[in-house]
Amino acid sequence: MSQTMIKHEIPRKEFLSPGHLACPGCGGSIAMRTVLKGLGEDTMVVLPACCWSIIAGPWPQSSLKVPLYHTAFETGGAVASGIKAALEVRGNHETTVMAWAGDGGTFDIGLQALSGAAERNEDIIYCCYDNEAYMNTGVQRSSSTPAGAWTTTTPSDHPESHPKKDILSIIAAHRVPYAATASVAYPQDLLQKVRRAKSIRGTKFIHILSPCPPGWKHPDESTVDLARQAVQSRLFPLVEVENGQTWRFTMDHEGYPIAPYIKAQGRFRQLSNQQIEDIQQQINERWTVWENRVKYGT
Amino acid sequence: MNKVIVGNHAVSWGVKLARTEVISAYPITPQTQIVEELSDMCARGALNARFIKVESEHSAMAACIGASAAGVRTFTATSSQGLALMHELLHWAGLGRHPIVMANVNRAMGPGWNIWTDQNDSLSQRDTGWIQLYCETNQEVLDTTIQAFKLAEAVNIPVMIILDAFFLSHTSEPVDIPDQVTVDRFLAQRETSIKLDVADPHAFNALVRPDAYMEMRKDQQDWMRRAKTVYAEIETEWKALFGREYGKIEPYRTDDAELILVTSGTVTSTTRHVVDQMRERGTRVGLVKIKMFRPFPTDDIRRALSGAIKVAVLDRNISPGRSGIFAEEIRSALYNIPMDDRPKIFGYIVGLGGRDVTPAVIEDIVEQTQIATQPTREDLWVGVKP
Repeated sequence: MSQTMIKHEIPRKEFLSPGHLACPGCGGSIAMRTVLKGLGEDTMVVLPACCWSIIAGPWPQSSLKVPLYHTAFETGGAVASGIKAALEVRGNHETTVMAWAGDGGTFDIGLQALSGAAERNEDIIYCCYDNEAYMNTGVQRSSSTPAGAWTTTTPSDHPESHPKKDILSIIAAHRVPYAATASVAYPQDLLQKVRRAKSIRGTKFIHILSPCPPGWKHPDESTVDLARQAVQSRLFPLVEVENGQTWRFTMDHEGYPIAPYIKAQGRFRQLSNQQIEDIQQQINERWTVWENRVKYGT
Repeated sequence: MNKVIVGNHAVSWGVKLARTEVISAYPITPQTQIVEELSDMCARGALNARFIKVESEHSAMAACIGASAAGVRTFTATSSQGLALMHELLHWAGLGRHPIVMANVNRAMGPGWNIWTDQNDSLSQRDTGWIQLYCETNQEVLDTTIQAFKLAEAVNIPVMIILDAFFLSHTSEPVDIPDQVTVDRFLAQRETSIKLDVADPHAFNALVRPDAYMEMRKDQQDWMRRAKTVYAEIETEWKALFGREYGKIEPYRTDDAELILVTSGTVTSTTRHVVDQMRERGTRVGLVKIKMFRPFPTDDIRRALSGAIKVAVLDRNISPGRSGIFAEEIRSALYNIPMDDRPKIFGYIVGLGGRDVTPAVIEDIVEQTQIATQPTREDLWVGVKP
């Protein structure tokens, strides 16, 4: 794809101001910037506690050019439901209400409210920018942390032992009209999913893998490259699912070896070559599951 | 229109007449009838509201917060464990200055499971920044529900209406239901410029540093204080339209009383009856009912109680390791008045977990207080089995 094409596809209008408080190389800020370009100005953002509680700026500032409601950690799905109900009862059926939560606020403490909203099929978009640990509090493990990873609560001697929770399948099992994975390395794909989500009534869920240089222990400039490797290694395939049934890949996944992705990150430094090989094996097995879903819808 | 309805339905009627726009709730005994009736009203089109049937009380309050932040009138109801689960978000609603109205049906906290009346659930939320109004009758419940929206939206502070489990919630009483046209004159649709608005985008509740946080709390405190005056104005307006008023507190036969009993909730009705009977026998006993607990009506309490020789406070609650909570607040309110006007304060713990507070219990309290020369160091527990 040519540079001209990319310029054409990504709206120029910015809803994220310069001067926001993200760390250098923050995947979560790229994700927000891209998503808001897709949603436009008729959008309200609900922000449960996460890195973005800081990135958005302290009172009386805001780094976003759309209305923003900071809320308690576990309430993204519920507060967004309330805002949407209020808009609708006064006849506004157009404004997009988006909950924007980290993996902690989605996989862990916010799962109940998210499940409630998804089950009720609330007309909201719920985005999870996933940096695979509690980064804002200093890198503690979450149920999104992948097996083998170091965090401050899973030290190198005893790294994370459980596999990452399969949040997409959990949400898809609610039979929501639309759920997808996305990556900060593929902004066109992300934008397309955001626009798709905006056009559908009901609960839409977008799970965006967002590398975190201080938490994953990689150089600031590697964020996009690692996000791309996660996709191309088939560790984090880009998919979408309608009504929990119709699965589709939104990208060709080359199946690169996982080792370079693992070795580029300090959080995996303690892993032996055998352990990396085991991870590769798990990815290969998991890939069959993905393929079957796309092929047979199961 | 006169109807015979339970206290829970009195709340529902109030919410309907207030033209509430978003309701979010989760079932819990003994509150459930409130939201059952409301969901029926919504389903029939009698109330044009969105009802969000959430998966927990925590989400009920969160959804109300979202709706309130978007500028509409919102309501929820709960009890006991449900209220406790909301605790974090009660602070959020309070300090976020969202004028949500909630009915809490007073129910004892577990364990063991107890669904009967007891004030520890609501009193545990004392410091969350909610106005608390304790009601005595179903009529008062209905009237207060409608008034609560006006009060909340005037001061941007959420209001908790509190009614006793079963003694009000499930007890039928005749209630005069105001007509919609007059209620509409009293209470207009909520309009606020402080809301989520894509035409005027702002961030709400962002990080507040130490150099600004105290001012936020001070503003909340100033408006809490102002709520007392605003409530009095609202009551005046209500009385002009509907002929009823209740007061932040209600003194009853206190003028020449040597002993004043202090109550809240339905214990008040029983106590009023006992006071009447004792007055017939020549006992100079009176009653002060406390309706408004937060903000605490210190001046009204001082006016009503100073000059009495003894005050007996009936607490259907206990702060473990301390005393009855109303008694403690009243002691504190009277401490700085002149010594000569300051009555001796006797505290009595009664009726926990729904145990009946009968006329005999109240007569016993009057007699014990009359005999005693000094209050005991600890509040006395009335009717506790050995």
